[in-house]
Amino acid sequence: MIEIEGVTKIYGEGKSAFHALDDVSVTIRENEFFTLLGPSGCGKTTLLRTIAGFVDPTRGAIRLAGKSLLESPPHKRPVNTVFQSYALFPHMTVAQNIAFGLEMQGKPRVEVKETVARMLELVRMTPMADRQTGQISGGQQQRVALARALAPRPEVLLLDEPLSALDFKLRKDMQLELKRLQAETGITFIFVTHDQEEALTMSDRIAVMNAGRIRQIGSPREIYDQPAERFVADFIGDTNFVEIELLETEGETAGIRLPSGRETRARSGAEARPGKATLAVRPEHARLVPPEEALMAGTLAEIVYFGTDTHYHVALDSGARFVIRQQNAPHHRQTHATGDRVGVSFAPGVGQVLRD
Amino acid sequence: MARTFDIRKQTGFTALAITCFAVLYMPIVLLVVYSFNAGSSIAIWEGFSFRWYATAWDNDQVQAATIRSLVIACCASGIATFAAVLAALATTRTKPWKGQTLAFAMVNQPLMVPEIVTAVALLIFFAMIKVSTGYTGLGYLILAHSAFCIPFAYLPVRARLQGMDLTLEQAASDLYATPFQIFRRITLPQLFPGILAGAMLAFVISLDDVVITEFVKSAGQDTLPTYMLGQLRRVVTPEINAISTVLLAISVVMVIAFFFLSRVRK
Repeated sequence: MIEIEGVTKIYGEGKSAFHALDDVSVTIRENEFFTLLGPSGCGKTTLLRTIAGFVDPTRGAIRLAGKSLLESPPHKRPVNTVFQSYALFPHMTVAQNIAFGLEMQGKPRVEVKETVARMLELVRMTPMADRQTGQISGGQQQRVALARALAPRPEVLLLDEPLSALDFKLRKDMQLELKRLQAETGITFIFVTHDQEEALTMSDRIAVMNAGRIRQIGSPREIYDQPAERFVADFIGDTNFVEIELLETEGETAGIRLPSGRETRARSGAEARPGKATLAVRPEHARLVPPEEALMAGTLAEIVYFGTDTHYHVALDSGARFVIRQQNAPHHRQTHATGDRVGVSFAPGVGQVLRD
Repeated sequence: MARTFDIRKQTGFTALAITCFAVLYMPIVLLVVYSFNAGSSIAIWEGFSFRWYATAWDNDQVQAATIRSLVIACCASGIATFAAVLAALATTRTKPWKGQTLAFAMVNQPLMVPEIVTAVALLIFFAMIKVSTGYTGLGYLILAHSAFCIPFAYLPVRARLQGMDLTLEQAASDLYATPFQIFRRITLPQLFPGILAGAMLAFVISLDDVVITEFVKSAGQDTLPTYMLGQLRRVVTPEINAISTVLLAISVVMVIAFFFLSRVRK
């Protein structure tokens, strides 16, 4: 278990001071695939580097299994990193790279050899053991970097956007491979990415970060279905934002009034108060209906065909835009045309009232 | 597509280039050619022979000067490279510190101060030491050569260090390597081509030096270049050409090696 408590990193002083990390607290469980997700510059890599020991936080505490990490230099932390650039040692072979951490730990030669062989097996690189790192492909380098970091059996593996340099297909394969490795080794993974899809498919839990702060922590489903605030809803997937009036709350749901005057229910945080608010509705959670059955009516402004689904852009009478995504059926015939009067509807409890 | 400016297509470019190369290389080619002259003139061709190479080889003074030159060049390039590596590490692998630019300038002082000034200064300085200690050995020349060779060793090492991926060292430290192990196992092997290149450059620079050597050397301490300078005051034979040609060959080989080393694994 790794506890991060009130970690703050300030670069510079006075007016030019920049909070790379602003009072970040999170507890990562044993064996968890935990993802730090956010746009570039949000502090996710800085947080990773404070755990590795390359950045000293200005304030705060980091504990691993109850013991503080901050007093130890990087080479004394039982934590290994997979670097974004892989950082393989160019003057060593694949096997020598993987052996490096074990040798530095002073492991007996026989054990080093065995572990290297096992690691090569694990990442399916056994035939490449004696290659120079410059002679293997990007995906293979990635796997060597993984094996090198896993070989000393760290308590936590830190992964800094390890898949960003790979092409799409390879990235998909490596995502599955990483999940498999995590399951097989039982090591806690802390994974940094700016790719929301990657985060959703791989993680046990996700922390969404922005401007040095953690905005929301939750399972992929929670983050996607119940974004706490506009930034999270906007960053993860596509979302329609509707300005609404919150009428009353009851537990986790709230009665709301849409701009069209119609009323429905939506999910909300317990702290929501009556008054003006923003409702987030995922495009795939809404349906295109005849205007008379609709929660909100408008004209169809655009139809965009995406293969697996079609996006309908509706210009609502309130002036806002609303996008509906519908899956394409095999023999689907296009029954709508731009300019048509249409309605937008979604089931009660589907929308999420955001914290401002 | 707009045609880019191609200087090679400009009028007179070819003629100018040929003139420049001719001025650069003709004298050297002539020098090499006349080193094989059978006669004893450096300007009148009398036939092909290795005579002057044999003469130079058998000349005790040339032999002594050659050995002296090599001893000095080896020692000086070794010392200069060692100092240059330390200087390069201190000016690139540390947090920026006050006076870093000044240190950089001071390391490279020999490139800026006129050589003749350094030579005179060393002459006076060493004369004082000679008087007080009585030591008159090769040490003075080795020290002087070490000093002016440092920037030539420093610059390639520093370039190599700057081009080196810092995350490699971080990765090593992440993998439980202590700072010394990082230096030994990661930094030094990465740096090695730069160090070798720097040492070779320093060696060639030392081998070639006339001005400082001429001022600093004690009696009977001629190096190959100062011996040749001395010979020019007497009858000039193609022996000088032969020695020059050998020096030229050594330099060319070293510089080519330097060039390839600087490009290794970049």
